[in-house]
Amino acid sequence: MGPNLRRMAAASRHLLGRRSFLGLGAALTGSLALGRPEQADAQPASPPADAPWSQTAGSGVVDRPYGKPSDFEAGVIRRNVPWLTAGKESSVSFTPLQDLHGIITPNGLFYERHHSGRADVDPAQHRLMIHGLVGRPLLLSMQDILRFPQVTRTHFIECSANGGMHWRTSQLNSLQFAHGMIGCAEWTGVRLSTLLEEAGIKKEARWVMVEGADSAHMNRSLPLAKCLDDCLLVYAQNGEALRPEQGYPLRLVVPGWEGSVSIKWLRRIKLGDKPWYSREETSKYTDLMPDGTARGFSFLMEAKSVITSPCPEKPFPGPGLHEIRGLAWTGNGKVKRVDVSMDGGSNWQSARLHEPVLSKALTKFTLPWRWDGKPALLQSRVIDETGYVQPTIAELRKQRGSNSVYHNNSIQTWQVKGDGSVFDVQLG
Amino acid sequence: MFSSARCLLLCTAITMASTGLAAAAEPGHFGYGEKATPEQIAGWDIDIRGDDGAGLPAGKGTVARGGEIYAGQCASCHGTFGEGEGRLPKLAGGAGTLRAERPELTVGSYWPFAPTLWDYINRAMPIAAPHTLSSDDVYALTAYILHLNDIVGSEFVADQNSLPKVKMPNRDNFVWTDPRPDTAAKPCMSGCAADVAITSTAEGKNLTPRTSGPLDTMSSK
Repeated sequence: MGPNLRRMAAASRHLLGRRSFLGLGAALTGSLALGRPEQADAQPASPPADAPWSQTAGSGVVDRPYGKPSDFEAGVIRRNVPWLTAGKESSVSFTPLQDLHGIITPNGLFYERHHSGRADVDPAQHRLMIHGLVGRPLLLSMQDILRFPQVTRTHFIECSANGGMHWRTSQLNSLQFAHGMIGCAEWTGVRLSTLLEEAGIKKEARWVMVEGADSAHMNRSLPLAKCLDDCLLVYAQNGEALRPEQGYPLRLVVPGWEGSVSIKWLRRIKLGDKPWYSREETSKYTDLMPDGTARGFSFLMEAKSVITSPCPEKPFPGPGLHEIRGLAWTGNGKVKRVDVSMDGGSNWQSARLHEPVLSKALTKFTLPWRWDGKPALLQSRVIDETGYVQPTIAELRKQRGSNSVYHNNSIQTWQVKGDGSVFDVQLG
Repeated sequence: MFSSARCLLLCTAITMASTGLAAAAEPGHFGYGEKATPEQIAGWDIDIRGDDGAGLPAGKGTVARGGEIYAGQCASCHGTFGEGEGRLPKLAGGAGTLRAERPELTVGSYWPFAPTLWDYINRAMPIAAPHTLSSDDVYALTAYILHLNDIVGSEFVADQNSLPKVKMPNRDNFVWTDPRPDTAAKPCMSGCAADVAITSTAEGKNLTPRTSGPLDTMSSK
């Protein structure tokens, strides 16, 4: 180990030592915890000492031609729950919400849901076909699609199974795993209505089938009215080309509806007079009710919110003034209000919403709170612009039982213990 | 007061804008791309409609032939009798469990439409080589899986006429219009919850993968 590395290591250990002083130890993991060296000398990097990175020239430009996060952030990654699915091809990874600070999800951290693995598509060979009940069936290359009038919108995409493991009982003690099947991005592409009108919509058309080029040939049916309203065909996410995990080179974004209809690697759009009743909208993505009936085409993602700090991954370091932070969203449009309770839903106060408050996008809220070090039950509750109020898990179960894998938008309860640790609990 | 020149400009702008909008709605306005030919469409037009089987191709398959293909292509994941290996999907069984504590959702207990099975096998299975089976083989597999669920007899032959006529046991138990919102919570601000009690906790369940360091490889629970 050279002297420069030794000094870096010492600096890392110094950071760790400071956290131990705060009484958190290994509990405060994630950010900053990963550059941890095995061995280090005792040269401090904090005042009055000058840090090693202040004493040598750093790496030059294009050292990393495509930028990446600091090595100290190496633990901020998408993660999976190995026991949840049989393999990784038809599976899901979760966004590390506990380490994010805004309403935009970085492209490399946006959750993944594949039904037959990630397709690595050559954009030069990719084609989009539009056919069925249209006047002029179309075949478009990516170059063709890029020529159409461009729109940019910010929207969340959330898997309808987000929170699905908690229908029956609290299981995963983690913000990332209990809520991380969501991301929000600025999407750029062309309105779906523009392309459908270019092909010419026949008057008997009512439904639209969208299909991916992945090996699942993943397909869903959508009402034509939604397609003409606000759906987007996008090739860019947060200003750069889509990532392969997000459907490069072309995906659909269906704002405010369950993520599985925002078909990735989109290759085909077919107009018809009825829905298709595909496997993914009959045997999956349907909601089994306690009486044995099931709901299909339950597309809407109803309003939901969650406190992201504190959370199991980010416990309170100690009593004192803290900013409660969180995210709220609704498929109905805009978030109108978020209330926060510290006593399990008995008493509430309204949080501050941070601009921009965008339609069908994540909205950030904060509320300062002086924690006295006593046990607390933290909750957030969103009310959207339609007046819809986020329900408790008990209210949801009263209607839907607990066999419904999807659409759990209930209020999250974080139990804060006297030592500041945070646990996922449910109240009755 | 507007000058006539200004009005002229404004009116022209409005006329141009509305002309532009109207023209955009005409098919072929942009003229980008090419017309998809019948041959191109035929290659990709694989969807089968579940409720009436629209799109099912020519061909046929027997339960017996389906059993042979199933043993070679499907059983290693889905089990010899459709029971599912490990956590892989169960295809058969589960009849009468939809209201149970742990419902088993299979082709027999849950799927509403038989042609959907043909469509899914054809588009996505087997997972290592999807869309490689012949139409006859897909018909045969569909017949076999329906037979595993006691929905058709051993002499059943699946084709574009017989499959849409198969009545799946759970067909009539789906509601295809969304009844939500089905909750009507009120935004009470004080003294709202009388008795607050923790009914479940994730603490100590040992189900949570680690959220720092390298990815967790915890084994199945």
